[in-house]
Order: sequence, then C-alpha cells, then structure tokens
Amino acid sequence: MTSLAELSTSREMLVNLTLRELRGKYKRSLLGWSWSLLNPLATMLIFTLVFRFILKIPVAAGQPSGMKIFAFFLLCGLLPWNFMAAGMTGAMGTLIANANLIKKVYFPREILVVANVLASTVSLLIELAVLAVALMLFGNIVLPWLPMVIVLVALQTLFVIGVGLLMSVLNVYFRDVQHFVSILLQLWFYATPIIYPLSLVRDATFHGHRVPLKFIYQLNPMVGFVEAMRDCLYNLRFPPVGELAYLVVVSLATLALGIAVFTKLEPKLAEEL
Amino acid sequence: MIAGPPPTASLAPAVVVEGVSKTFRLYHERNQSLKVALLRRKRATYEELWALRDVSFEVFPGQTFALIGENGSGKSTLLKCIARILRPESGRTSVTGKVSALLELGAGFHPELSGRDNIFLNGSILGLSKKHIEAKFDEIVDFAGLERFIDTPVKNYSSGMYVRLGFSVAINVDPDVLLVDEVLAVGDEQFQRKCAEKFADLRARGKTIVIVSHSLSTVRSICDQAAWLQRGRLKLLGPAPAVIDAYVDEVHTERGPEEEAAATATVGARWGSGEGRIDRVELLDEQGAPTLRVHTGDRVTMRLSYSVTLPIERPVFGIAINTLEGMQVTGPNSREAGCVPDRIDGPGHVDITIDRLMLLPGTYDLTVAFTDYSALHPFDYRHRVVRFDVEPGEPRESFGGVVSLGGRWSLHVPDAVAGPAEAAEVGVAEVDVSPGPAT
Repeated sequence: MTSLAELSTSREMLVNLTLRELRGKYKRSLLGWSWSLLNPLATMLIFTLVFRFILKIPVAAGQPSGMKIFAFFLLCGLLPWNFMAAGMTGAMGTLIANANLIKKVYFPREILVVANVLASTVSLLIELAVLAVALMLFGNIVLPWLPMVIVLVALQTLFVIGVGLLMSVLNVYFRDVQHFVSILLQLWFYATPIIYPLSLVRDATFHGHRVPLKFIYQLNPMVGFVEAMRDCLYNLRFPPVGELAYLVVVSLATLALGIAVFTKLEPKLAEEL
Repeated sequence: MIAGPPPTASLAPAVVVEGVSKTFRLYHERNQSLKVALLRRKRATYEELWALRDVSFEVFPGQTFALIGENGSGKSTLLKCIARILRPESGRTSVTGKVSALLELGAGFHPELSGRDNIFLNGSILGLSKKHIEAKFDEIVDFAGLERFIDTPVKNYSSGMYVRLGFSVAINVDPDVLLVDEVLAVGDEQFQRKCAEKFADLRARGKTIVIVSHSLSTVRSICDQAAWLQRGRLKLLGPAPAVIDAYVDEVHTERGPEEEAAATATVGARWGSGEGRIDRVELLDEQGAPTLRVHTGDRVTMRLSYSVTLPIERPVFGIAINTLEGMQVTGPNSREAGCVPDRIDGPGHVDITIDRLMLLPGTYDLTVAFTDYSALHPFDYRHRVVRFDVEPGEPRESFGGVVSLGGRWSLHVPDAVAGPAEAAEVGVAEVDVSPGPAT
C-alpha cells in the first residue's frame, strides 16, 4: 500500500512532526529547553534524598569503574526509564491530540506515534550527553562506551515505538487504557532496578519449592535496558551479550506486534476518534 | 460560462470510484470503557447506517466534478473515501497523481509555532518536500496576504488569517487532483476572488477537481460533471447543469405542503414602531393565485397587504430579494418608483408587478418594509418573510449567476461565406448553450 514515493515524503513529514513536538513542548515556558534537564535533575534530587538518605539504600560500587555515587547510579537507570514512560504516554495521547488532523488529512498515521517517540529520543540523547560530561568530571571516562550507548538508545527506541503503536491505537478504542497504563507504569517502575541494584533481587523458596524469581524478573525488558545502560556509563563494562541478544529479540518482537495491531485497527481510526 | 474541454477517450480516469459502500455505526449507547465491553462481551449496541451504497463513477483528468445532494446524502463521506481518510467497507477508490484535500483548512497547524514553521509543517503533512515548499514559500505567503505576520505564532492569528494560510498552503501543493469540501467561501471578498482565480487557473492547467458543495450556483458556474447522491446512492450522473436542474426540480417537489406553509411563515426577524403593519405578503402568479414556485421569465406580482393604526403621511414601501447566501439581488422602494400617496388611513395593499422575472433558478427570500418618507424609520420591517423558489424557465441559462440580463444573441456571418448580408438573429429563448461534456 505504501509506495516508495510516499515513504520519502513521509520522512520529511516525520522530521517536521518531530520538530513540532520538540518546539511546541517548551514554548512559552521561561526556562524553555532547560526543563528537559531540570526534570530528571529534580527527580534525581528527590529520589536521592528519599532513598539514599532516608531509606538508606546501599550504593552499589561500579565494577570495574569503582564509582560509588548514588546520584549517578540512579540517573543511569532513570534516564532510560523516563524515556520509556514519556515515550509511551506521549504516543498514547498523540492520536487523540491529533484527531482533527486524522479526520481531515490522509497520511500514514503511524508517523504521529513515531514522531512522538523520536522527540523523546532526542530529549534522551541530550540528557545522556549532559550525564556523560558530568560522569567524566567525576572520573568515569565513558567515551569508549558511547557508541554502545547509541546502539542501546536505538534499540530502546524501536521497543518504545512498538509499545507506543500498540497502546496508542488501543487507547483510541478503549479510553481507559490510559488509566490502566498509569498504574502499570508505577508497578513497572519498581519492577525495574532503577533505585536499587539488581543484586537485591534473589530467587525465593515458597512451600519448599524454589521460585526462579530472578529469571522472571529479568524477563522485563526494561531490566535489560537499564542494566545495559548502567554497565556502559556507571560500571564501564560491556553488557553481557546474552542480555543484549534478548533485548534485540524483545524489541523487534514488540515492534512487530505494535505494527501488526496498528495496521489492523488503523483503517477505522478516523471514525473512532 | 462554457464548460471545460471534454475528456478524450484515450485518457485514463483520474479518479475511479468503484462500487463503494460505507457504513457507519450509530451507537445507541456509546461507551469506550473496557469494563462495559467485558461485561457485555461487545463494545456497544449500535445500528449500521449506510452512508454510501454501491456508488461508482469516474472522473477524467481536467474535469471539474461536483458531488451534490442534501445533508446526510453521503457527499462528504464519499469525498473522504476518495481522500483515503475513510476506508470503505466494500468497493475501492483510486486516484492517479498527487491528491490534495481541502477538507478543513489549517488542520495540523500548531498554535504555538509561527506561520513560517507551520507552512513547512503543514506542507509536509500534505506531502510536499522541503525544497518544494521553499520554492513556493513566497507565493504561499503572498497568496495568504500574511507577509507581516509570518513570524507570529498562528494562535495570534484571526480566524480569517488562519483559514487563509491553510487554504494557501493546500492550494499551492500543486495537486493533480484537488478535493474540495465547502471551503470556497473563506475570507473576504478579495480573497474569495483570488481563490476563484486559483481554481480557474488549476482547471486551465488540466487539473482535476472534485468538489462538494451546497451552493448550486457555484457548482453551476464551475463544474462540468456532477453526481447527485441521495441517501448514499448515486441518483444521477452527468453534465452538471442537467444534474442540477433535475436535483432542484426534485428537491422542490419534495417540499410538502406543511413545509410550504412553514416557508410562508416568518423566516426572519420583524421589527418596527408599529403605526403601520404589513399583515400579509404574497407572491401571485399570472392568474393572480398565490404561489411559492415561479419560473424564470414569469409575470409575477408581489402583494403587500397593510393596515394602519394611525393615519400615515407619505408612506414608503420597499422590498428586497436575497439569495439564501445573503446576496441582495435587488431592493426597490415605492419612493424611488414615484408611487407615494399623500396619506393613507386604512387598510389596503401594494402590488409590485414584475412583467418578466429575470431571476435564475434557485431559492430566494423576500424582505419587505413599511417606512416613513425618509425610508429610515420603519413602521414594520419583516426580514426574509417569504421564501420562494424559481425554477428553470425562459430565458434558460444553466451556467451560473443569479439573474439573466435577457440579452439577444445575433450571429453575423461575413458576406463571402453566407451570401446576402443578413444577420441571423436568434431570439433569447432559442439560444442553446452547449451543455457540458458527456462521459
């Protein structure tokens, strides 16, 4: 259905829509783009205060970097997480926010979702760049690991686009998806080693049976994304190849599922909105 | 105005609509919540509503094609199917070449962004490359007349500016096929003229235009082919003037007696100081019988029956005839016609007799006024008090406009060719304006 010519004009539209998201986001706010950095910074301060100083969560030392700063440990997990959360909720709202456009103009609708996620990707890259500079000031020479970080961001972008496509179109059909998602995100946040190290998760015994909790826990792809990012930036080591392979499989599968569901439900979109 | 060139048989159609059917769900109880969906095991109860039923036609390159019909007849749905915004349940639509749809102007503008940014954004949504937009940029801004405001966020635009910019971007996409839904009437008169010129230019360059419109006079003046949709079905397809005439005939016959009564009742507002009142306004045909349906060229009398509560000196009566769009066709009064009595002190009536009604087919509203000699102080002013229909008669003119000037046509042939110098004079009634091209 989508011809090549359509794809090339779609690319320009994608770029323009992404720019629209980015430009529109902080228009009319005094601090403008700095909000993109101030937000994770504020979260970091709050979490550090609560979890490090009140709840006294132990700080995992970077292996082999030797870094032992909770704020950095936290940010390495928080940034990929924020990307996922913002990308997903943003994608979910975008079809409804652009209902008028969908009802009046023909264009490949998935562009709206992709543009929204890409705008979040751009934010993530800026945040990561600042984080990398800060890490280097504190002695973590992350430069050799940056190409791997880029690969991870690309991979996670595919994953988030998949989730976004799926959720955005479901949300048009069932508006309570967004309420469900806000609960899901809370659960998902604590099921991901962002504020605590992965080493705290251990298998358990239940009525004499060994429950492979750690294995189940690691099925969560966000565990992989957060851990891999932390390996690159905090620990300064190459993430385990097995985990990377799992991330590739999960990302591609999620993307395929998202595309399949979106394509199935897309034709009726203009009526359902 | 004469219709554009007829399509040559060798051309492939620019737009194909083939057996298109589209249903909408008419929800009895709309719900978009999972809970209810799970409980009922279905999303909601609804009725299937056929918006389009097995519609087929072709539009050839260079044609200006109109979709006409009453509200809810499926015109706009069909246009959206052609634009691929809606997907039909069965059948298919295909368009050859680049399509631009003028369904809503400025859809996709971001309020916080400047006009400049929005031109690029909207242009790319409509399928323009950045290079193309850059090349067209000045033309777009100039056409919209927004040079001074192009770096202002569009949220600060007036609605007219907003629509003008939207139109300007959409029309400058340089489409092969342009789909237009009732957006011709945007902006002020000057902008409308520019739009009309742009449409004429597109047609002259052989672009295909499909237009949905309620304004039959517009359709008549610019379209060569038309499809009449009735409750989702294709009722008639053919040259625009013929289809419009058939449509006007049917729609007017369909107006039942109650509706006619309703049409006689006051349509618009009434005001005035009340010393004199216009009690009844009638349209009389040649035999003097009241009617609401006349033909072009008929002898028609408008009778204003009045009464007074006080003797009135030098009263003036006036009428005005307007199109439904609000354009005033004429507005004569008795003072200018030199028909002012010194004084009236009882009921009576005023007749305005028109020997040949030169209004072209359409629906018109009659407004009447009863005023003092200055014509500024109304005793009774009845806005749009009678709505009447004019049907095709003589002179017959099928290519738009509101009035016929009743000109006489004559063809003068040079001696060498036609022999004796004799002008072949043709009476107005016999003029045969060539109909639009047949498919």
